[in-house]
Amino acid sequence: MKLINEYKANPKKLILPVLVAALLVLLGLSPNFTKPYATIMLGTIMMYIILSLSWNMFSGATGYVSLATAAFFGVGVYVSAFFGSSLSLPLLMLMGGIFSFVIAFLVGAVTLRLRGVYFTIFTLGIVKLLEQLMLYLEITFNKTRGRFVVSYTFTEVFYWLFILMILVILLSVFIKRTRFGLALKCIAEGEDAAMHIGIGSTMVKILAFAISSFAMGAAGAAMATRWTYIDPYIAFSTNLSFLPVLMVIFGGGRHVFGPLIGAVVFAYIQELLITDFPYVYMLAFGVIMIVSIIFMPNGIVGVIENIVGRIKKAKGGRKNADP
Amino acid sequence: MLTTLINVLSSGLIMGGVYAIISMGLSMQYGVARILNVSHGEFIMLGAFLCFTLVRSHVHPILSMLLCVPVMFVIGFVLHRTIYKKLSDVSGSTAAFESNSMLVSFGLMFVVQNVALLLWGSEQKGYTFLMRSVKILGSPIALNRLLVLVFAVAISFAFYIFLERSRLGKAIRAVSQDPSAARLLGVRRTRVAAICFGIGAILAGCAGALITMINQINTSMGMNYTIIAIIVVVLGGMGSIPGSLLGGFILGFIGTVVNYIDPSLSLVAYYLIIIVLLLVKPSGLMGGKS
Repeated sequence: MKLINEYKANPKKLILPVLVAALLVLLGLSPNFTKPYATIMLGTIMMYIILSLSWNMFSGATGYVSLATAAFFGVGVYVSAFFGSSLSLPLLMLMGGIFSFVIAFLVGAVTLRLRGVYFTIFTLGIVKLLEQLMLYLEITFNKTRGRFVVSYTFTEVFYWLFILMILVILLSVFIKRTRFGLALKCIAEGEDAAMHIGIGSTMVKILAFAISSFAMGAAGAAMATRWTYIDPYIAFSTNLSFLPVLMVIFGGGRHVFGPLIGAVVFAYIQELLITDFPYVYMLAFGVIMIVSIIFMPNGIVGVIENIVGRIKKAKGGRKNADP
Repeated sequence: MLTTLINVLSSGLIMGGVYAIISMGLSMQYGVARILNVSHGEFIMLGAFLCFTLVRSHVHPILSMLLCVPVMFVIGFVLHRTIYKKLSDVSGSTAAFESNSMLVSFGLMFVVQNVALLLWGSEQKGYTFLMRSVKILGSPIALNRLLVLVFAVAISFAFYIFLERSRLGKAIRAVSQDPSAARLLGVRRTRVAAICFGIGAILAGCAGALITMINQINTSMGMNYTIIAIIVVVLGGMGSIPGSLLGGFILGFIGTVVNYIDPSLSLVAYYLIIIVLLLVKPSGLMGGKS
């Protein structure tokens, strides 16, 4: 009700959400009128949107840089590999999500005492540990490195990823408006101060970490059914840890649109370059990462906000000068 | 039995020596410049490939290692003077700089690795050098491994003495202990930080050059060394040079022993060590309070 009044008072605020909703509807209907190739590509883009938004939900909000994205994604992938033949796709995604949630909860409970760079190192260690452990187990007990995953058509995977993406977008917007989101923001701005004003910072962090991992695991479970063959190197590829970070840094983490824009831009560039110029792509990735951190602390969205702010100011200035 | 023991001992010393060199560089870069340089392994790779390229054009391996020193220093020094200097101007606090500089070094990792991939491709490369073996206590040891061992230990201790005795070394330690007090005493902090970053690159380059003498190399080898260096640094204590020296040899021996039992488990063992260590004592063996 409060929200409706807010929008009634300022109808201009409605433009952006309506525009996004229209785009989403168009995206949801796209498999009906685009080529299969486009559906596959859009599926990949949605995967990156899910990963970067869920990364931003915890790391962007709290400032704890987690590189464990690939670990939770990989857990989802292996859930699909193990249970693919007995469960349907939505159940696989749910199960991948739950597995990731539980693991993230446990990992978070023991590691979120660590601050700063220690936490980051630890999360990267988790990815590598799971990768090597899985490799060891597969080779010792299965005598092969990889496994085949039951496959679903890419349209089916597309729709389930689409639903997951909508949920993640809604959750991102929702969390920002709750006390929980405020608590996360407090932790980013000064954890000791946050604890002093009565925020159970450890529990808040662990929960946020686990919630964000749920989506990563679910995305992994869905993508695995599209790949049909997986091995530990594919499932726990460190690129899946780094890319969401870059996407959020490039897009800007303060606003929900930031990770969205970042994910779309990079997933598209990747699609264009990765087959013919893989090294150039990764090189550009590094350069853009460095340049964004130094010159765009609030990402593309921050730059746009700056420009819009300046235009408004200029307009306001003129009005004052010439009444 | 004795042969096995000597084998494990010598391998442990060689690995430990290389790890110690790598980790001291990383530790100093973090301790003084406040940069957790995740691209450290890529500088090792760069050093290895510079050395390899020189050897291919008929330069003696040891001479090529020495030629790597100034090149690596300039690369490290200039990187700090440009990117990291700019970044520290932009970042508001030390904590913000630490997290930003780590992310920048991730970016740098991709840049260096992919430039190397474009230049040298992704195949395994190597050359043969001093493949004869000598007998020590009745068990044969290859001469090139013995040479690497000597160099690794010599470089580690030379670096340690440089830090302890020289004027620049004292300035470096001063900045790592208390940046603002060091500045009050006339130490030019950013300059010292840039020099440290350059020295870190030298140590990485030397380690890379030493690795070419005993192992095959490829352009994606960096990441593993980065992780090993980080483990050693955490083991010894972030920013503590003696800690890295000790940690390097400890990890070298653990690695060799695990490798002897089951090679496919060595990385798992490393990760378990780092995870347990971070949970039990994040400040490391010789670190102060965290």
